[in-house]
Amino acid sequence: MTISDKIRKVRVGTASCGLAAGGAAVLDALRAQAPQLDIDEVGCIGHCYAEPTVEVITDAGSILYAGVDASDKAISSILGLGDAYRFHIPEARAQKELLKVLKLAGRINPVSLEEYMANGGYGALKKALDNTPEWVIDEMKKSGLRGRGGGGFPTGMKWSFLAAKQAEQKIMICNADEGDPGAFMDRSLMESVPHQMLEGMLIGAYGTGATRLFIYCRAEYPLAIKHLKIAIEQIYANGLNKINGRELEITIKEGAGAFVCGEETSMIASLEGRRGTPRFRPPFPTDRGWNGWPTSINNVETFGNVPLIIAEGADAYASVGTAGSKGTKLFALAGDLEFPGLVEVPMGTTLSEIVFGIGGADPEKVKAVQTGGPSGGCIPKELFDTPVDYDSLKSLGAIMGSGGMIVISNERCMVETARFFLDFTHRESCGKCTFCRVGTTRMYETLERIVAGNGVAADLEFLETMGKKVGKGSLCGLGQTAPNPVLATLRYFRHEYEKHVIDGQCPALQCNNLVDVYISKDKCIKCRLCIKNCPVNAISDDFVVDNSKCTRCNTCIEICPKKTIARAKKGECNCG
Amino acid sequence: MGNYDYLNEIGKEPGNLIKGLQAIQGHAGYVSDEGIAAAADYFGIAEVEVEGVLTFYAQFKRVKPGRNKISICDGTACHIKGSTQILDWVSTELGVKPGETDADGNFSLETVACLGCCSLAPVMSINGKIYGKLDRKNTVKILKEYRQS
Repeated sequence: MTISDKIRKVRVGTASCGLAAGGAAVLDALRAQAPQLDIDEVGCIGHCYAEPTVEVITDAGSILYAGVDASDKAISSILGLGDAYRFHIPEARAQKELLKVLKLAGRINPVSLEEYMANGGYGALKKALDNTPEWVIDEMKKSGLRGRGGGGFPTGMKWSFLAAKQAEQKIMICNADEGDPGAFMDRSLMESVPHQMLEGMLIGAYGTGATRLFIYCRAEYPLAIKHLKIAIEQIYANGLNKINGRELEITIKEGAGAFVCGEETSMIASLEGRRGTPRFRPPFPTDRGWNGWPTSINNVETFGNVPLIIAEGADAYASVGTAGSKGTKLFALAGDLEFPGLVEVPMGTTLSEIVFGIGGADPEKVKAVQTGGPSGGCIPKELFDTPVDYDSLKSLGAIMGSGGMIVISNERCMVETARFFLDFTHRESCGKCTFCRVGTTRMYETLERIVAGNGVAADLEFLETMGKKVGKGSLCGLGQTAPNPVLATLRYFRHEYEKHVIDGQCPALQCNNLVDVYISKDKCIKCRLCIKNCPVNAISDDFVVDNSKCTRCNTCIEICPKKTIARAKKGECNCG
Repeated sequence: MGNYDYLNEIGKEPGNLIKGLQAIQGHAGYVSDEGIAAAADYFGIAEVEVEGVLTFYAQFKRVKPGRNKISICDGTACHIKGSTQILDWVSTELGVKPGETDADGNFSLETVACLGCCSLAPVMSINGKIYGKLDRKNTVKILKEYRQS
């Protein structure tokens, strides 16, 4: 195998998604073939669709390779700097993306303090320490940074509340309980540049006078926890935690799988070892939080922004974004699109630029995008000119949320999508507030009935009134926003609901009870694969599907080499 | 009673109850009645309080899991990409329903809210290893590998 002598360094992406795509095998193969080279593991560069990725640093610059595998062919192509696996960032993304928070993600070894520092890391902390705590809070206020966890509360203001408290202990918590299914921004940041958010926390501790730091991270992110633990050890070893004359303790607490714990007061209850139920506010956590001490909770991405603000100055930071939403935002793009992944764009970028441009989704096939996960709403394609910021999304009945963005194609049923979210929220409801506990369950049952083909027209009205009541009658963010997916789909896709309850049909052909499966005989080559693979023997020897037996498992549709098997509206296929 | 000495590495303050339960589950794979008693004893609180906290959190299992733990992701992205079908296939293939362990104690099946690998949807994890871009063919193949091992 020829190894180019121009290679200075090789980086293999081994964050969770890289590993899932086979990054570890690629790393092993590279190390076996080229033991003399400097081969490093790095985090996520955000181009998840291209995983596993390898970056080769040469004298002339860096070359990216994508979709690599551990075969000799792939490895020798890379080590010989061949063209076969070369990766070029799609044009639209190269133009629109602005990497600030993610600048170092995937470019440095996540657990190397030296590399982080060589790239300016902890420079912001030093700058902060050279100024007064008041200056830090002032810069944060001027920057216009708003909480990236979804609420959008101005971070500088929250910190000023904590800073103003006189107390023996003050607590700062990083909310890393990324519970919104479909969001992975925080995971990527923690896995790829753990020091960045930790630096943000330390700056926050200096500004607010916090005496103890917690990271509440979901247990489903083992790699993130591992990297954070290593980074914290490095911080201790280098005395970077000496703030305001104390040695600060940074404790990682693993969440135990409860969505409601993303809510401030629930998280505090959970950190105290109790059931994670929210409580009435006021008192706000900045007045009475963890074990009674004043507490400020901020999200991972929020902390990840802090070193940038301090390093480049609030004015420079605030020059990016819109009037009410400053800086950049990370989005986890997933669903029905060409290029899923993690992107960072200036606030105010339009949905169509993100979904069609960066995501490469097909405008002919896309129906809507869901932002903000189970607390958010869907936005139909017709409104994709909307600039993405906190206020414009809210006016459409959706929310920014933490940044999950799921693209939904024409083949998905919006009623089923709403049912999915309510299934999630009604199970995650902690049960404290009656409207959330019972109301979401009733809404879920109604949606179940509709997708099963047993809905009635009055159900739609019920969903609307109940949705509004649940929103008003709940104490915390979970209940207040739980009806959003239903209310938003009713607002923009009412016709789909009506098709279900009036005509007994699912326009997207997704709801199993409302479709038939049929084999179109003219293209069938009688290979019998469908008959052999059907788990319930619903296909006869003359290739007719018995729809009373069929469970709509799609096995035959997937396995048919000629694509002759399809779903059709119930009773409308000319089968046979 | 089993050995719960490893709890001594954890501070006795009540805030560590969840951590303690995580340690017990880490050792045994689940939290048995005995585990609850041990935690209650260690933290000096009533068993009923321990159980109250435990049942609040989805992570804790009260039933002994199989040797191979399969988690099918049913997060938004995976759901959109057809996780319901993946679950159906795996469930039919192994003859277990979500939340159950098969008779041989070989496989246990569960659904999880999100594994954070949305761009590879639909995904599942087996014993912590993540498999992405699942379709019928590779799902069946992956299960076969675990059956043989």
